[in-house]
Amino acid sequence: METHDHNATINEKTKFSPDMFEKASGASTEDNEKISAPSLSFLQDSWRRLKKNKAAVISLGILLVIMVLAFSAPLISPHSPYTQYSGQTSLPPKIPGIDINGLNGTTTAGGGERFDKYAQVGAEEGTYYILGTDSLGRDLLSRILYGTRVSLIIAFAAAFFDLTFGVIYGLVSGWKGGRVDNVMQRILEILSGVPNLVVVILTLLVLEPGIQAIIIALAITGWIPMARIVRAQTLKLKNQEYILAAQTLGESSIKIALKHLISNLSGVIIIQTMFSIPSAIFFEAFLSFIGIGIPAPLASLGTLINDGYKTFQFLPHIMWYPAGVLCVLMISFNLLADGLRDAFDPKMKD
Amino acid sequence: MNHYLKYLGKRVFYMFVTLFLIASITFFLSKLLPGTPYTNQEKLSDQQIEIMNEQYGLNEPTVVQYGIYMGGLVTGDLGTSFQYDNTPVTKLLSTRIGPSLQLGFQAVVLGTFFGIILGVISAMKQNTWIDTSATFVAILGRSIPNFVFAVLLQLIFAVKLGWFPIALWNGGFESSVLPTLALAIGPLADSARFIRTEMVDVLSSDYIELARAKGLSRWIVAFKHGVRNALIPLLTILGPMAVALMTGSMVVENIYAIPGIGEQFVKSILSNDYPTIMGVTILYSAMLVLIILVVDIMYGIVDPRIRVSSEGGN
Repeated sequence: METHDHNATINEKTKFSPDMFEKASGASTEDNEKISAPSLSFLQDSWRRLKKNKAAVISLGILLVIMVLAFSAPLISPHSPYTQYSGQTSLPPKIPGIDINGLNGTTTAGGGERFDKYAQVGAEEGTYYILGTDSLGRDLLSRILYGTRVSLIIAFAAAFFDLTFGVIYGLVSGWKGGRVDNVMQRILEILSGVPNLVVVILTLLVLEPGIQAIIIALAITGWIPMARIVRAQTLKLKNQEYILAAQTLGESSIKIALKHLISNLSGVIIIQTMFSIPSAIFFEAFLSFIGIGIPAPLASLGTLINDGYKTFQFLPHIMWYPAGVLCVLMISFNLLADGLRDAFDPKMKD
Repeated sequence: MNHYLKYLGKRVFYMFVTLFLIASITFFLSKLLPGTPYTNQEKLSDQQIEIMNEQYGLNEPTVVQYGIYMGGLVTGDLGTSFQYDNTPVTKLLSTRIGPSLQLGFQAVVLGTFFGIILGVISAMKQNTWIDTSATFVAILGRSIPNFVFAVLLQLIFAVKLGWFPIALWNGGFESSVLPTLALAIGPLADSARFIRTEMVDVLSSDYIELARAKGLSRWIVAFKHGVRNALIPLLTILGPMAVALMTGSMVVENIYAIPGIGEQFVKSILSNDYPTIMGVTILYSAMLVLIILVVDIMYGIVDPRIRVSSEGGN
């Protein structure tokens, strides 16, 4: 009763006259439906988010610079990385036009007064080794450029194999399910019980030493995490409506995998690949450091660090330059991979 | 419980299958390896080689050698080293496992302890400069290869400052400081990162809200209720951590001249000492599968939800 009275009073109070209303214009419904922000594809959206992550953008920049320098090594290196300039061994850095101790060809190596090492070994006027020479008289800068190139080639190739094999294995296992999945997962379980290190080292011992051997050794072990992640995601995706729709419409499994699964998995695949690159760089450097990596005279960052380590107490620069490049590469790849993971992770979407 | 025992039995069975496969693969790979165990084969007469082959059992057909090797494995006999005066591999490794285990243990304890602290602080001070710098430390730790880090420590604290021996092992505290630090950086970075993610999750859960609503202070809640629950998933990274330590120990032990397994492994690889390589391979694999198994069992004990789901699922 009470509420009824209440409504009645409101109706009495609110009297509507026609002039209180304005006719809506015809276009307004369309305006309401209009999406004001530009429509972005998945990759554009991720890129937009990645750009907000300063560390990742800077890392990307650094990586691009290093890659361009490394891959144009044959064009830009001032000397051959293999020529041994006899007599001009272990020279300190000397950069034209710069007169700062440590960068002008002088050294205090062996203790005592600072002296011009270049003059001492009788190098011609105008001889410059920007980062100095190693203990065999080879230009360190050129060796680092070539070494970085070798390290990057190995890392990219290993990551490529991880990607192809891991994605295929994961897709098949997840998509087929049932007994196939069971068998494939048992195989993975057994394989993951073997330490990577052991497999890599055994493979390297069996194969002829060289770049290919390292790539194969890294590829044999590296695909397992990728296969696992892709399988887990495939299991999630395969019961989604659009996949069922595609199946109902009679699309073949291979086409569904290529058109629907891979495109929806691209985020996790890219992230995982980005993490497998620095791990390949590390493994290559590690193997070369213990002496079973790239054979001489080829250089990689690992062999350069190993060479430098032999004399690091007296000539630390021979080790620190390649070690610095290695660390910068690793940090940049890791930061970029972290950034990409945040950018692709829809849960983080703002 | 019966289900759980069955599950455990299955796991142990897979563990032995894994080890058996690893041992077999290692054995047959070693038969493919180039080079011979003899340093100066050209100088040896055919007869001498024959005698030596007989001594090492290399004159038997491969299948027989395989049988002998696998039979030996069951009794803990890993064969005889080609180097080091024909020492049995088991003896060679058992004298060296002490330093490696000591360093590995110290590194895990030190690394995870400080990693947890770093991760908790990071999560509590989310998105502040403290968080950013802690995350950066973790990324540095993950990115800088431990051999570079080991050499850096050696240069600063041993060569320049002279606080610790450069490369010496006497089992004492001083000689273990630098190698432990060099090995601890990996576990530190991993656990800091892991704990941060877990803590961020845990801190937003209902029971934390409740504890806060009851008037407990943020830090007490974080340490009494948060860390405990964030710690459980940390168990899962023990396996990968152990692998990283094995890898790390190979270079770190070499850099600091520590008579451990890793140093022996590198030496054996460089001198084609196949029995020792196989021995270390099997030892490392056994350690890894054992750690994975123990972690799974512990996980089931610490977090009953996992046990339930494994009963229902697999």
